[in-house]
Amino acid sequence: MFLKVALLVLRKDFAIEVRSREILFTTLFFALSCVLVFSFAFVKEGEPLEDAASGILWIAIAFAGTLALGRTFERERYGETLRALLLAPAPRPAIYVGKLIGIVLLLVVAEALLVPLVALLFQATLFARPLLLSGLLLAGTIGFCAVGTLFAAMLVRARTRDVMLPILLYPITVPVIIAGVRGTSALLQATPDEAAATMWIALLVCFDVVFVTLALWTFEPLMTE
Amino acid sequence: MRKIFTPLTVLVALMFVYAPVMIANAPYESTMGLVQKIFYFHVPAWWAMFTGVLICGIGSAMHLFRRAPAADRLAAAAGELTVLFGAIGLVTGPLWGRKAWGVWWQWDARLTMALLLELIFVGYLLVRKYGGPGSDKLGAAMAVFGMANVPFVYVSVNIWRTVHPKTSVVPTLGPGMFGAFWYSVLSFMLLFTLLLTIRFHLEQQRAELDRLYLAEEE
Repeated sequence: MFLKVALLVLRKDFAIEVRSREILFTTLFFALSCVLVFSFAFVKEGEPLEDAASGILWIAIAFAGTLALGRTFERERYGETLRALLLAPAPRPAIYVGKLIGIVLLLVVAEALLVPLVALLFQATLFARPLLLSGLLLAGTIGFCAVGTLFAAMLVRARTRDVMLPILLYPITVPVIIAGVRGTSALLQATPDEAAATMWIALLVCFDVVFVTLALWTFEPLMTE
Repeated sequence: MRKIFTPLTVLVALMFVYAPVMIANAPYESTMGLVQKIFYFHVPAWWAMFTGVLICGIGSAMHLFRRAPAADRLAAAAGELTVLFGAIGLVTGPLWGRKAWGVWWQWDARLTMALLLELIFVGYLLVRKYGGPGSDKLGAAMAVFGMANVPFVYVSVNIWRTVHPKTSVVPTLGPGMFGAFWYSVLSFMLLFTLLLTIRFHLEQQRAELDRLYLAEEE
């Protein structure tokens, strides 16, 4: 039942997205512009600053993620469908899980574009350890979206949601950014430091477990009016 | 509760007046000398801040799961004190760091996480103030998530190499410093309690006033 509802919510969002492709295209283009702006700032005379690549990759993910989170719930608010969704005879945490999977998938698509782009523009060896990098990206994205989905959902009714989302989200998810950036930097060294990257993945997984559990707990009381 | 305000205020005032004497009389630390004295109000301020985080987090959780408005008011009071004592810690820390490390700010694990905790609770106050209707619940969620970040604070200290003095410094204090340190901690905790009760009382009065207005309109 729980998983079925989550998948139904995911399918609903997917069907809407396939028709308009609005969030996908805007998020991808925003991520792209972010990386371009950073490359103007951090590439001097054709030489990128040392260690800049991992930071730029994660900042672009965080910025694009914030935008996508805001947009998905803005669409629910605009169509006044969030109330209907919450009224459905289904476990509310399942709705949260459905939304979370959708946003994680969207960001994974964005990352599939961002990683080659950053590797190209910053001459970074991002594909040296593809499995570890994917682990870092996936664990980091889940952690970021776990907090982000909950906050975006609860801010739907707030008047100042556009500015509140980043204000609330960034301080809480800084551990994710630190772990992601340090882990990616460890992989970008001349000899990739696999032990360090694995340690950061472990920290990210801990973060994911704690914050997904906490979000599942608090989603129900938060969405009750 | 109002009865304890005056005696507690007098007690806290007296303790803070006597504190400089205690601190001045405490022996000098062998390696750091005079700058080490900042320890007597830097560390107690952090302790008061962490007490604030704990009270704010627990109060918010109670409000979220049990719908207890009084717990929410206590959490709001504790949230403000968290930011206040955190600011004291963040100002005194760099003053010491300038002398001990030679730089104002070090991207050390504990400093970074303390700054983050301060940011989280500033965010808590912002969302409470500007969140619009239902902002108490938004704030409560922020506080619960903020409290859940505290274990990551401690884990991070153990994972990263750090230049910050270890937490184990407290049991190793010399006999003269020991008294002054615990005196400072007690003063700060009493000040925290005093401010918390005053702020909580004010929130209670406000809620009562709102209730009376509503009753009058009906």
